[in-house]
Amino acid sequence: MADLLNVQGLETHFRVREGYVHAVNGVDFHLKEGETLGIVGESGCGKSVTVMSMLRLIPVPPGKVVAGTAMYQGKDLLKMSPDEIRHIRGAQISMIFQDPMTSFNPVLTIGRQVAEPLEIHMGLSRKAALNRAAEMLAMVGIPNAKDRLNDYPHQFSGGMRQRVMIAMALTCSPQILIADEPTTALDVTIQAQIVDLVKRLRDELGMAIIWITHDLGIIAGLADRVNVMYGGLIIEAAPVKPLYAAPLHPYTQGLLHSLPRMDETEQRRLVSIDGLPPVLMTKPTSCPFAPRCTFAYERCLQENPPLINLDGNHQVACWVDTKTGRPRE
Amino acid sequence: MTNPVSLKNIRAGSGGVPLTQKRESLWGDAFRRLLRNRAAVIGGSIIIILILVAVFADQIAIMHYAKQNLVANNSAPEWVLKVFSTMRPYAQVNNDYPLGADYAGRDLFSRIVYGARISLTVAFIGPIISLIIGVIYGSISGFFGGRVDNIMMRIVDILYAFPQLLFIILMLAFFRSTFAKPDPGTFTYTMSQLDSRLGGMLFIFIGIGVTAWETMARLTRGQVLATREKEFVEAARTIGSSDLRIMFRHILPNIIGPLVVAETLAIPGYISTEAFLSFIGLGVNPPTPSWGSMISDGSAVIRTYPNQAVFPALALAITMFAFNFLGDGLRDALDPRLRGTQ
Repeated sequence: MADLLNVQGLETHFRVREGYVHAVNGVDFHLKEGETLGIVGESGCGKSVTVMSMLRLIPVPPGKVVAGTAMYQGKDLLKMSPDEIRHIRGAQISMIFQDPMTSFNPVLTIGRQVAEPLEIHMGLSRKAALNRAAEMLAMVGIPNAKDRLNDYPHQFSGGMRQRVMIAMALTCSPQILIADEPTTALDVTIQAQIVDLVKRLRDELGMAIIWITHDLGIIAGLADRVNVMYGGLIIEAAPVKPLYAAPLHPYTQGLLHSLPRMDETEQRRLVSIDGLPPVLMTKPTSCPFAPRCTFAYERCLQENPPLINLDGNHQVACWVDTKTGRPRE
Repeated sequence: MTNPVSLKNIRAGSGGVPLTQKRESLWGDAFRRLLRNRAAVIGGSIIIILILVAVFADQIAIMHYAKQNLVANNSAPEWVLKVFSTMRPYAQVNNDYPLGADYAGRDLFSRIVYGARISLTVAFIGPIISLIIGVIYGSISGFFGGRVDNIMMRIVDILYAFPQLLFIILMLAFFRSTFAKPDPGTFTYTMSQLDSRLGGMLFIFIGIGVTAWETMARLTRGQVLATREKEFVEAARTIGSSDLRIMFRHILPNIIGPLVVAETLAIPGYISTEAFLSFIGLGVNPPTPSWGSMISDGSAVIRTYPNQAVFPALALAITMFAFNFLGDGLRDALDPRLRGTQ
């Protein structure tokens, strides 16, 4: 299937007093129609900045997308006029956020907020938009949807608000839904409900999803492919099964080892990765993970490994073949 | 709808609030809180009464404000003489005038009633002018930020540094002398005509307008700066809202509370500015009665006929108190920190 979205060489900087923070350092990824892509990584690795840069939502200044292309339907999102990109946002690519408590305008009713994308992009009248909003709320499982249109955000619980946010993101039937850690602020049972809801809606509506999270567990059951990010780079990209069965990058291995597993028979201590993520005041010239890596050798500290293709779909950026523990080649 | 009780329970989900009660908008909620504040209710009632007095001044006043009766000049009714006993040797008793008559034999009561028109007009025009200019200016400055903000706010700082009252006085003096005897058909002539049609209030509005918006612009800018960083503004951006839409649909409704409160609390300032200008003779044209000019006239004879200054001063004080009470009440009612609490 054709690529719906193709991002190449995306680089984003943020100006700070001491210079520039290199938040994203040349990210390549693509998304096929109807596909679910997981982006995984710890805080500050550039997951959110990547998608925000793509939609041109990072505040300028201090942020700046310095390089790259993001081709969507034959057009570069990064070169569109402000008006063009505005009509992509919410209509064709929409987003849901981490914190459903603060992402709603406290003084507008839920109905008006859910109906807003329809008013902006489809030019529907207030009444038609509200009817459609009620349908959407019913679809995401809000009971009494029609009655609740006139409620204010504070009258909804966290899980309900996340459902409403999903409804709002999907009102215009977008091609791509970007979910930026949508379950992080919710408790575990609600998380499961939201994930199930998104799965159901994906199957019904057939949109592609980019799901950003640091929770490998959620991604396992949801995504088709996973990109692992570290230091503003994608360091491993693979379909979900091989990634979990045989992670190749030391960082991915570390992440998976740091999680408890249901199917584990013997007891073990959870392993943590030593050290801290790098502060990206310069563009990494060596492997950003090298200082924390148990496999690292001289080359890792001198050159940044490119993302190389191994057996078809599995890509990894590492000088070391972690299966054997020896340098590649 | 087979089981309405259970449906109610579903709705009662958040915080155990029984949702059988009518759901209210945020403004409805604020209004309810306002009604529980006794001072604000008293203030509001006085303002409503004042508005009625100003509107029906023709019916309420017992004679025209400019009607002179030189036989009755400086007269006072019996009850006023009882209160101000020092007046007795100087004033003649005339019970036709409820509060007495001034040096030209004009009825004080009627003049105070008509004076309410001037004060209330200033009380409502002042905020309208400063809200329109200040909110637009402040919104642009806060919303776009950066260099735009810097330049716009420095302009406000410069204007702010100039003493406001002095500025108004200079401007009024300038307008009055420039527009004094213009040729018919010119712009200045039209302005001059408009001013005299309004009893000399046009230049007062302009004077108040050009100085009062600065505070409003600063307040709006601060509020916009704080609100535009909120997540829901970012969320609005992700659904493709334009800048204008974000400004008016998402930010403005969130900051309107503090703006209304600030403006209500600024009203006494506008009223006193008008009174002061009339007091020093730069206000409304005689014989249009303004509380300020009445106090000015009365203060000349305050030892002999205190009633001529005291009653208009009382009216002025009550009005300013009323607006202050209402403003305080509004602030408590609209304070977001109190929102959602009982």
